Amino acid sequence: MSLLLPGHRLELGPDAPLRLDCGVELAPLTIAYQTYGQLNADKSNAILICHALTGDQYVAETHPVTGKPGWWEALVGPGRILDTERYFLICANVLGGCMGTTGPASTNEATGQPWCQSFPVITIGDMVRAQLRLIDHLGIDQLFCVIGGSMGGMQVLEWAARHPQRVFAAIPIATAARHSAQNIAFAEVGRQAIMADPDWCGGDYPLHGRKPQGGLAVARMAAHITYLSEAALHRKFGRNLQGPELSWGFNADFQVESYLRHQGSTFVERFDANSYLYITRAMDYFDLAADHGGVLANAFRGTKVRFCVISFTSDWLFPTAESRAIVHALNSVAANVSFVEVESDKGHDAFLLDEPEFHATLSGFLDGAAEHRGLPRGAPR
Amino acid sequence: MTIQARRTGATGSANGNGSAIRVDLQMIADMVEPGSRVLDIGCGEGVLLDYLNGFKQADGRGMELSMAGVRAAVAHGLSVIQGDADTDLKDYPTGAFDYVILSQTLQATRNPKDVLEQMLRIGRRAIVSFPNFGHWRVRVSLLWHGRMPMTETLTYDWYDTPNIHLCTIRDFTDLCARLGIAVERAISLDSRGRTRYDAGGRLANWLGEQAVFLLRRE
Repeated sequence: MSLLLPGHRLELGPDAPLRLDCGVELAPLTIAYQTYGQLNADKSNAILICHALTGDQYVAETHPVTGKPGWWEALVGPGRILDTERYFLICANVLGGCMGTTGPASTNEATGQPWCQSFPVITIGDMVRAQLRLIDHLGIDQLFCVIGGSMGGMQVLEWAARHPQRVFAAIPIATAARHSAQNIAFAEVGRQAIMADPDWCGGDYPLHGRKPQGGLAVARMAAHITYLSEAALHRKFGRNLQGPELSWGFNADFQVESYLRHQGSTFVERFDANSYLYITRAMDYFDLAADHGGVLANAFRGTKVRFCVISFTSDWLFPTAESRAIVHALNSVAANVSFVEVESDKGHDAFLLDEPEFHATLSGFLDGAAEHRGLPRGAPR
Repeated sequence: MTIQARRTGATGSANGNGSAIRVDLQMIADMVEPGSRVLDIGCGEGVLLDYLNGFKQADGRGMELSMAGVRAAVAHGLSVIQGDADTDLKDYPTGAFDYVILSQTLQATRNPKDVLEQMLRIGRRAIVSFPNFGHWRVRVSLLWHGRMPMTETLTYDWYDTPNIHLCTIRDFTDLCARLGIAVERAISLDSRGRTRYDAGGRLANWLGEQAVFLLRRE
């Protein structure tokens, strides 16, 4: 599937292995990415978009597998907030993903077989290391901005903490500096669903021509609930029935059941089960404070990066308290930080949706940052 | 903090050209040296910050309790966080700012003494403005009419006021002395916003409707 996907590829040969946090040196390596807009002459207008767990590099175009619009098309485009007429936008499929970047479904050159469970366990830091190679390859010294929601926000924090001189502005959205016990618990439910599927075959399903679709669909269904708020679910479905009456059985009587089943069954068409295991694990392992002597503020000491931290009131997966912890840490090193909690009842997924207040915040912050960076201001919106 | 709504309401939203800000904000801005690092606590929609960034080349940051104010300020390109003066100042490192500003907010904090001490820990200087409860109208209201005073600077009924720690200019001066805080400048403003008296003098406490103090650690 991946060979047919549209977009750019960066191939890193065996002479330039990626040293992973687990100690393994990964090579060769492919990074699949998309770009929108033009890089300016002094390469100062690049924005790196970091996608979430099940996102990919098709930010603002029809998805090659699902045929759906890009996941951030509301934000990215000519005259939009991430304006393709002003900025050069880059989004790469994460390391461990299944949309063209090397992951467990890729072929291990040493064996000629798919990596499957022999793929090394990766971290958010490794994902950012791979992105750094791409940014180097593009000849960009400093990204104007790194932006992302959820797991994308973790990458934003990692970028700002590890490579502050390479980032001018950072926008971590609906995210946290660590996966909480509850986050890990939900991730584990998803992984157990996959691993309990007999078609998982200990992770070797590609070798047997099988796919743990049932398990992956359940993982997606459980996760999808965490992306929505109770209010949003109720507004959308209530207790509405699919048919005229109850079936007195275990069919999808309720619309919410039918919706979740649909979410599950479409997800398995575009996502690899092993990728899901590896990427959720990377999120579990993320703990920025632990990486800096147990003090989150240490991750940002002396930082010149301009931060805009954004959370949503009804997000219970990455609640505002997590964003506030990041803001407290940034304050304690007198960093330049803005922090907005956007009022929304749409839950964690609000960062993907049309939320005017969220968009106004992004737009204002980006315009302010662009002015400080000496980039032209956009037309009034 | 409801007082912020009033404050920003008086001047409209942050204006890009930074012209014509409220007179007490202008007074505060005039005390700030160009190119300073400034923290404006209770910055509302960021009118003063916007002015300081534009006219004083300040590296301005803001803290505001109301999310509506924060959103407006950030959407205007200002560096503002949602936070509470009573609880969130302790996060900042000592000496992080040249000026820490608290405009018309001290009287609405739960612990003004702690807030003042925190301000002078994280800033080399602090600028504080507050309504003067010693103003003659306030005194007359209480003495003559036997009612809680409502004036142009004290606009709330007693039962819904956010102003829980009102003080007079003399009270404030006493507190500064007790905390070892030096008063560099003190100005009182009459109801029309005219500078009246050096707030150190006795008349200021009668005639000043509000006061602006420039403070530093001794």
